[in-house]
Amino acid sequence: MAEVPLLEARGVSKRFGAVQALYNVDLTLHPGEVLGLVGDNGAGKSTLIKAIAGTYHPDEGEFFFEGRPVRIRSPRDSADLGIEVVYQDLALCDNLTVVQNMFLGREEVNRFHALSEAHMQRRAEETMESLAVTTLSSVKQTVARLSGGQRQSVAVAKAVMWNSKAVILDEPTAALGVAQTRQVLDLVRRLADHGLGVIVISHNLHDLFEVVDRFLVLRLGQSVARFDRDKTSQQEVVEAITAGTLSHVPGQSELEEVVTQ
Amino acid sequence: MTAASSAAGVDAADISPRGRRLSFSAGLTNWTQNVRAGEIGSLPVALGLAVIAFIFQIQNDRFLSSQNLTNLLVQMAAVATISTGVVFVLLLGEIDLSVGAMSGVAGITAARLLIPDGNQVNVVIALAVAGAIALAVGATHGFFVAKLGVPSLIVTLATLFIGQGVILAIAGQQGLIRIQDKTIIGIANVFLTDGWGWLLAAAMVLGYAALVISADRTTLAQGLTAQSTASMLAKISLVAVMAFGTVAITNSDRGFPLVAVILAVMIIFWTFVAERTRFGRHLYAVGGNAEAANRAGINVDRIRIAGFMIASFMAAAGGIVLASRLRSVDNSAGGGNLLLNAIAAAVIGGTSLFGGRGRISSAVQGALVIASVESGMGLLGWPSDRKFIVTGAILLLAVTIDTLSRRTRQTQGRA
Repeated sequence: MAEVPLLEARGVSKRFGAVQALYNVDLTLHPGEVLGLVGDNGAGKSTLIKAIAGTYHPDEGEFFFEGRPVRIRSPRDSADLGIEVVYQDLALCDNLTVVQNMFLGREEVNRFHALSEAHMQRRAEETMESLAVTTLSSVKQTVARLSGGQRQSVAVAKAVMWNSKAVILDEPTAALGVAQTRQVLDLVRRLADHGLGVIVISHNLHDLFEVVDRFLVLRLGQSVARFDRDKTSQQEVVEAITAGTLSHVPGQSELEEVVTQ
Repeated sequence: MTAASSAAGVDAADISPRGRRLSFSAGLTNWTQNVRAGEIGSLPVALGLAVIAFIFQIQNDRFLSSQNLTNLLVQMAAVATISTGVVFVLLLGEIDLSVGAMSGVAGITAARLLIPDGNQVNVVIALAVAGAIALAVGATHGFFVAKLGVPSLIVTLATLFIGQGVILAIAGQQGLIRIQDKTIIGIANVFLTDGWGWLLAAAMVLGYAALVISADRTTLAQGLTAQSTASMLAKISLVAVMAFGTVAITNSDRGFPLVAVILAVMIIFWTFVAERTRFGRHLYAVGGNAEAANRAGINVDRIRIAGFMIASFMAAAGGIVLASRLRSVDNSAGGGNLLLNAIAAAVIGGTSLFGGRGRISSAVQGALVIASVESGMGLLGWPSDRKFIVTGAILLLAVTIDTLSRRTRQTQGRA
């Protein structure tokens, strides 16, 4: 892709005491593409995401957003850039309605400081419509009554309705059945079709192959492989996850050359 | 509304240029679905009150007399006021055991400052001092709970003891302070003239109708699906029947009690705060999922502290109302079953002990149930032992309904 990447991370390293959680990781995300971030447990996926989200401060590394170098020091910074993260626990209030959740912390009020319920409802419905989320009968029902897939859709809609440009989804289909997984994968594809950059973390390669454009494989905190979805196979990705070549063997000095493809 | 769901419920004859209206029957179907899903609202209270009225009325036909019903309004006012504050802490998923003691401290402080011994202060100052003490106590609760993480059960149990000590200290040797200030006594002992009563009912209905209609116009202007005209009329009529009915009943006795006007104003104000402001929305969010609220950028500690301050403040207001009705404050003020009634009222009215669910009006509804049962049993000349047992049974029933409807909501969610 020739255009300027939406988000670029270069040489990100993070150490927690004796543990090297990330070592010299590069990540590139283009607008309108879905990037699958894969790796075994402890490979550093969550640490990388939290560094991008501003929750962790990397020891080394640079971030570029739309080509400009940026500093991400707090979740506020990343949100201001237009980066939204949907964590696995979704962070929804069960006792509130869909609209109330989507506007939580950013409620609109009228000149009497009263909530502008009708206007918020319309905007929520418009967002749902633009994302073609049709499984929700009403945005005025409480989240407690929604299924897992519907909740995921609400969490995603909540993330994208604030002019976000990049959305990061952490295990969006982990707790879902077949039909609901389908809904969420379709939604992910539509986000990319709307021009957003989407990063999806998942252990389920089968799901990822249906929706991503490219893969970035992490192993023991290092980026060991990049694949185009159309030019690879599940077997090749699995091999990279379990036995991808490391540029830096933990506990030893840097002996080897960089051998990613 | 998505196209699929609105197609079923839109009354073709009633479509306005921009928005649409739901047909009356579709609105009714939505409501029954909500009830089945565990969103039961005021239904148990309405049914409970009907049953209570029926049982006591056949035992003693003075129960539904205008005199007894007017007494009920005055008797429930203090508990309802205190309970309004309790709703705020319950919405946060916390508890405040000190509200009874706090009401006693406020009552005796005001009474002490108003003793006409030459050093008495203006009544406004006395009330302001009582209110300021309450806000300080509430802020202290909030600090210990939100900032230090001490369980609210223990923090407020501690202040319950401290409050009782303070009451004993202020009550002094005689153990009782008589209230002679006309303003304080007037709160629970003044009744409106018939004309003012009718005017009040009319203002209430017009105000409510104006709110419903303006909300309806905003909904349509935004192009959303509004409720049917019939359902709007039904709601306004219900409020009209209740407002004019209550005034008609009280007017045939001593008139509409001033304390009920004060209570109504407080309930409307706090309902606005809880349901129509950002603070209220954040309060529900913190009670529902504090972590989600925190990630949404809400200052969770500040919301918690404010909730405890409101609880203590309303407890103090209730203490003044009680002092006015009894025309004195003694060293047992705020004791007895006042605390338990205030918490029970909120829960019986439908506010969940698990946080995040409930309405301010549940305080009045629950207080009405408790006052009705006490009044009915009083009319029948039942001894205190039986009163306690019956109140306990009703509380258990209310909490069970809350728990069961909560479980229904959860199973619905897994569908």
